[in-house]
Amino acid sequence: MIKKIGLALLAPAVALAFAVGVAALALLAVGVNPAEAFGLMWDFSRTSTSVASMFNRAIPLYVSAVAVAIGFQMKLFNIGVEGQFAVAALFAGWVGGSIALWAPLHIIVIILAAAGVGAIWAGIAGILKVTRGVNEVVATIMLNFIGFSVIGFFLGNFFSVDSGALNQSTPPLQPSGQLPGMNWVFTFLGFSEPRGTELQGFLLIAVLIGIGYHLLVWKTRFGFELRASGMNPGAARMSGVNPKKMILYTMLISGGIAGMVGLSTMLGKLHAYTQDFPRMLGFTGIAVALLGRNNAVGMAFGALLFGFMDRSALVLDLNDIPKEVVQIIQGVVVLAVVIAYEVVARFIKNREIKSASEATKNLPGQPGEALA
Amino acid sequence: MTAETRDLRVENSVPKQRLSGARKYVLFAVGGLFVLSVVQLFEGTNQLTAPGTWGAALRLTIPIMLAALGGLYSERSGVINIGLEGMMIAGTWFGAWAGWQYGPWAGVWLGLAGGALFGLIHAIATVTFAVDQIVSGVAINILGLGSMRFLSSVLYTADTGGGATQSPRIQDFIGTFSVPLLSDWFNALSDKGWFFLSDVAGIFAGVTTGVSWLTFWALLLIPLSWWLLWRTAWGLRLRSAGENPWAAESLGVPVLRMKYWGVLISGALAGLGGAYLVVVQAGIYREGMTAGRGFIGLGAMIFGNYNPFGLLAGAGIFGYSDALRLRQNSVHGILLLIAIGLLLLALYSLMKKKWEPAGLQGVFALLFFIWWFTTDDVPGQIVTATPYIITLLVLSLATQRLRMPAADGAQYRKGEAH
Repeated sequence: MIKKIGLALLAPAVALAFAVGVAALALLAVGVNPAEAFGLMWDFSRTSTSVASMFNRAIPLYVSAVAVAIGFQMKLFNIGVEGQFAVAALFAGWVGGSIALWAPLHIIVIILAAAGVGAIWAGIAGILKVTRGVNEVVATIMLNFIGFSVIGFFLGNFFSVDSGALNQSTPPLQPSGQLPGMNWVFTFLGFSEPRGTELQGFLLIAVLIGIGYHLLVWKTRFGFELRASGMNPGAARMSGVNPKKMILYTMLISGGIAGMVGLSTMLGKLHAYTQDFPRMLGFTGIAVALLGRNNAVGMAFGALLFGFMDRSALVLDLNDIPKEVVQIIQGVVVLAVVIAYEVVARFIKNREIKSASEATKNLPGQPGEALA
Repeated sequence: MTAETRDLRVENSVPKQRLSGARKYVLFAVGGLFVLSVVQLFEGTNQLTAPGTWGAALRLTIPIMLAALGGLYSERSGVINIGLEGMMIAGTWFGAWAGWQYGPWAGVWLGLAGGALFGLIHAIATVTFAVDQIVSGVAINILGLGSMRFLSSVLYTADTGGGATQSPRIQDFIGTFSVPLLSDWFNALSDKGWFFLSDVAGIFAGVTTGVSWLTFWALLLIPLSWWLLWRTAWGLRLRSAGENPWAAESLGVPVLRMKYWGVLISGALAGLGGAYLVVVQAGIYREGMTAGRGFIGLGAMIFGNYNPFGLLAGAGIFGYSDALRLRQNSVHGILLLIAIGLLLLALYSLMKKKWEPAGLQGVFALLFFIWWFTTDDVPGQIVTATPYIITLLVLSLATQRLRMPAADGAQYRKGEAH
């Protein structure tokens, strides 16, 4: 068991080391001392402000990764988190900005609106796959593009407070719809309070999403059928799992979670959907899901790692080191980690085959019979 | 229906389809042109068939077509390539760098090489290590964007006239040509304003006047690819790796090598598409200039049913609607175009006695007609979204006709056949 966990951790560790190595080479090639650059990053990341910022960057990535991971469990690729979260954030921002309610209820309404719109947007791909057999990868990619047109159309024509403004935005959220920050955590734990950054309160909701995801996948019948469909669709179907139902439900749940990706920023920082709302969270979420191997805790580490890199890269700029080097690390680590997992998985499988044949070698009967 | 009767039906329908195939497409094209002319008559515009629109459409089609063609080689060899976007980004960057240093043709070749480099990475991951192909493709996109950003920030410093997100201007553009005589005739005829005739001439004038040489060579790749993939032993081997690698392996086809070829060519063509954006259109590298054309190419390829001529048509729809969006004043007519298209579709369904789809199509045709009649202009975003919606519609209406390579996406490993 411990050996197995060790092997599972080995893959990401090797991948990360490899990625850092590639980045170091890239830095050397442009005449920067990599040790100095990484040292700067490490020192910079140890202030309270950096830690808060790192968590804030990690939260949407984590939610996005969970949305992707739930599809990955049954080999369903929701590439459309990018469009789902943006469309959901727009409509949730509009709904939230148009009403004023008792604070918790207001926030719940916004969250439900976001999850609902995200689920609808992903559900289109789900319905197309179930009824017409359209590949979900292509459908979600097309829906991403359509989504951004929809956003431009609605933001430009209906939802904007000032349609002439350079940066159009939905009506701002009333204070009752804003999620308070959590900087008190730092003072509570005896650290200095972050300056200029609020640790976003959505962190707690993200943790709840992670726990919910873990329970759903590992402790429910749905989760069992989900994993069974991913490992062996034929066998799952024979044992009574309805593949169409699974595809549709999984897509709806994935889209619902994807809808909440933009909420940490909206409820905690921008208080509206704006034209310069964060992008790429959906695609980066895929990377985080791969890094964390669809594991609730693993993805949290992956998201924090990406948050750490994004945050600490800022110091490189101040020292005239190209901060884009962290994007090389991020790209390489994702590719390296999937290769490393594949190699480790094959290693484990070969060892199992070997040990099984060792164990059955002295049994009576033809060789190989016990295996068949 | 039992399997037996279905087989009989397929057998019966094959020779019939072959006979009418070419004629059907010609009929389709002429009919489409006629509808375009009618729409223009009602709209009081000639922008839908103006030479300028079609010239722009051609220029906008080529990069998408090249990405789609790249996807074709890869997927025909059995490797799904979501990473086309990343490879295209590499093509734009390397194309601009070499174009800036050594001129546009160097940009073309280096853009091609840059795309191929990322193709190689995708091939190593998916073919040698047999990791999930979609996963690897996603990683390629992230890596492509990130590493090109790094290179930009290092090499395009302020004193070069570039910056972290854009390159200096490239030295020169690639030359253009107009088809002698034809170009003049078509332009003259197009100016006459005759119904239908001038419209057809306008289209031909658009694609024969001021055409970049790179456009010409890129278009030649379509028949060349068809010949390579369907008429040579190499092509058969490559396709066999995508249809049934285990059987191919048993017949001595070097499956892994064929897949490497497929993915490398795929990257090179996507890179060429990126370079085209730089050396023919923008003259500069800007971050995000590919604007998802790699993904669009993927859609165009599937739209075209994994066939070079089909994907050209798919890319053309994207290119044409992009061109219409750029020429804002002509956009309104697209509503009537869609309405008439749906009406024809509904009539076709009626003829086939498919009542339900006919009704649905008729209702949508009416809605679009009302929309066209009651408004004077269309928001640009709707036009932007049109090709994606059309792709989704085609995919959902024609999935029975679309057939992807049987082993596309299979995590094949050598020697695993039983």
